[in-house]
Amino acid sequence: MKSPAKAAIAGFAALAVAGALAGCSADSASSDDGRVELRVATFPPGADAAAYEAFESQEAQFEEEHPDIDVIGVEYEWEGPTFAAQLAGGSLPDVFTVPFTDSKTLLENGQLTDVTAEVEELGYTDKFNPIILAEVQDADGNIFGFPRQAYAMGLHYNRALFEAAGLDPDSPPTTWDEVREAAKAISDATGKAGFMEMSTNNTGGWQLTAATVARGGSTQEDNGDGTYTSTIANEATAAQLQFLHDLRWEDDSLGDNYLLDWGSINQEFAAGNIGMYSSGSDVYTALVRDFGLSPDDYGLTVLPTENGGGTLGGGDIAVVSPTVDEATKAAAVEWIDWYYMQKLLDEDAAVLDAKTLADSGQAVGTPVLPVLDRATYEESLVWIEPYVNVPLDQMAPFTEAIFEQTPVGEPKGSTQEIYALLDPLVQAVLTDENADIDALLEQADADAQAILDQG
Amino acid sequence: MTMTEQAPPDEAAPPAGRPPVRDARAPRRGIRSWIRGGGLSTLVFLLPMLFVFGVFSWSPIVQSVVMSLQVTNLLDPPEWVGLDNYIAVLNDPLLGKAVLNTLYFAALALLFGFPLPLFMAVLMSEVRRGKGFYSALAYLPVVVPPVVAVLLWKFFYAGGENGVFNTVLGWVGIPPQPWLQDAATAMPSLVIEATWAAAGGSIIIYLAALLSVPPELYDAAEVDGAGIWKKVWHVTLPQLRGILFIMLILQVIATAQVFLEPYLFTGGGPNNATITVLLLIYKYAFQNSLGGDYGEATALSVMLAVVLALFSWLYFKLTDRWSTS
Repeated sequence: MKSPAKAAIAGFAALAVAGALAGCSADSASSDDGRVELRVATFPPGADAAAYEAFESQEAQFEEEHPDIDVIGVEYEWEGPTFAAQLAGGSLPDVFTVPFTDSKTLLENGQLTDVTAEVEELGYTDKFNPIILAEVQDADGNIFGFPRQAYAMGLHYNRALFEAAGLDPDSPPTTWDEVREAAKAISDATGKAGFMEMSTNNTGGWQLTAATVARGGSTQEDNGDGTYTSTIANEATAAQLQFLHDLRWEDDSLGDNYLLDWGSINQEFAAGNIGMYSSGSDVYTALVRDFGLSPDDYGLTVLPTENGGGTLGGGDIAVVSPTVDEATKAAAVEWIDWYYMQKLLDEDAAVLDAKTLADSGQAVGTPVLPVLDRATYEESLVWIEPYVNVPLDQMAPFTEAIFEQTPVGEPKGSTQEIYALLDPLVQAVLTDENADIDALLEQADADAQAILDQG
Repeated sequence: MTMTEQAPPDEAAPPAGRPPVRDARAPRRGIRSWIRGGGLSTLVFLLPMLFVFGVFSWSPIVQSVVMSLQVTNLLDPPEWVGLDNYIAVLNDPLLGKAVLNTLYFAALALLFGFPLPLFMAVLMSEVRRGKGFYSALAYLPVVVPPVVAVLLWKFFYAGGENGVFNTVLGWVGIPPQPWLQDAATAMPSLVIEATWAAAGGSIIIYLAALLSVPPELYDAAEVDGAGIWKKVWHVTLPQLRGILFIMLILQVIATAQVFLEPYLFTGGGPNNATITVLLLIYKYAFQNSLGGDYGEATALSVMLAVVLALFSWLYFKLTDRWSTS
């Protein structure tokens, strides 16, 4: 060889690169002392120090009861792209949570672990609210996760803006016409958006569906044989689009940003720029903890219903990563049972959880829907009453009326794809004064049916 | 080997300045002479780079072509489906809209974005003092992280009377504009921001190219009585022809892959007015089915890559005889 020194340097460089790459391989699932290492999703990146403190206490409590399991908290936020990347890269937490809507897609894709035997062994199967349990079951009744929290759709409102507009924050609107009147009053008096609707990243479709259900309609029929029929072109959806159109173009009470999603509408609401908007009833914790809303300004009531309409529900489930081994799966079930489920079932666990959260300044008592039966839920509220630190009286219009409303599950067929298809409809009526609502609905209906027919 | 030592000239090397042409009469070089000529050490020296390129650049490309023919959930073994993904993508009613939007973006970007940096560079090259300051000023937007730039421009574009641009318009009696909130104005708004963000890089390249224009040409033009615009037209532009061709193709390729602006500003709205091909690819892969459609996403990616490659080839063929190289 002409220059051995040069070749040696090059060879060394090649080895160094190969060595560095080899060093990137994944670690094993058990620690040196034989304990099972369990990586669990904790809170979204950016959560405050108090959240970490609360989790640390809970971790210590769990490990004391389960000395063979080493819990490792992992920052985690459910997002489709992150999930896909983590799944492909083998770095998903062993336990994480998924919203109901997305769990259906993951279930169809075979990306969730079957936990039927474990749930049955724990004796939960009969205790779950059947509507909610159905969200995590496949056609054969197998269970793929633990429903841990459910919510109903609510109308969130800013009490300070209500007062500024001369409205009574203790008597929020109860009909869609009253929502429109209140929105106009707020907009005229304060210059802020009286009402606002999400419209991007599938949230427009989500909220349009919720309003459709509240107005007595539905966007999809389940044929019971695994096929679905799109019913997007219905009167209730048309009425909601007309409602948004009128608020925007006749009343000018929707502000000036029509491209909001879950995160950005929460941000705007917490900043005091929105009078009312509809979203899940459990958003209070995120509004206060992550977006800095002043609790005094918060008000919550039910979405108005008409023509026999109900309230769209949702929630999330705790699931086990599809890639774990049996030992880790068993540990994961132990954790889910201890961390998410026992506080719903057992007085001591409920009190301990509420106390730990309250001690570190986390929200306790945010209105949710029972994932187990209503009696157990109401009993659990009594257990944790001394620790409740959210302004429950400001949520009374919701908590007093929600059990009078009929809960309705989200459409099952290609849920997110249909939501994505509906986003542009909401955007169209908000940005185009001459939008032809009937034509838009007919087109969306045909497009949705094509998606449903593909399966 | 010391730095001053030089390898003996290779007998087969072509004279400098001319492309290497294989001479049919010359004997083929044997492996031994290749090794003697330092071929092996060159290869070993290249190995780390080839390895890194292979692992991080080429293998994902090959994998995505393979994936475009499969259905996968990232867990079970992938299932071969032939051209089904391609057929599904081509039948998507949104594809036509996305392609038209992408072409619209590219056309607007060419209209605003292509001449502007050249114009700025020519102006700056005429400045006698503080050239460095102007260069830094022009390059500043490139240094700002793109996501930060978009957030900043969201403030500028905010609707109503409180937005920065609308406030400025208000000073001269123009009513507030919807900017991103209207299907007609959303795309031009994205192009304006994209032009602002990218112009600095092009200006620096043009400035460097302008340095290579022989000053005698300007002197000669001046003697002939040419003014500044005539000098630009008759001297600068012909001299920059090669770099202009390259910049044009680079810009077309970049604009055909526009993603960040529509994703962060509008999410493809309002009413799909800003959905682009790349945003559609993203939605296939991540948004609509949360990972169910990697096959369709990669199928559309492959089609986009093929179209761009064909376009580039055609472009170079057509412009070959005009370019200076």
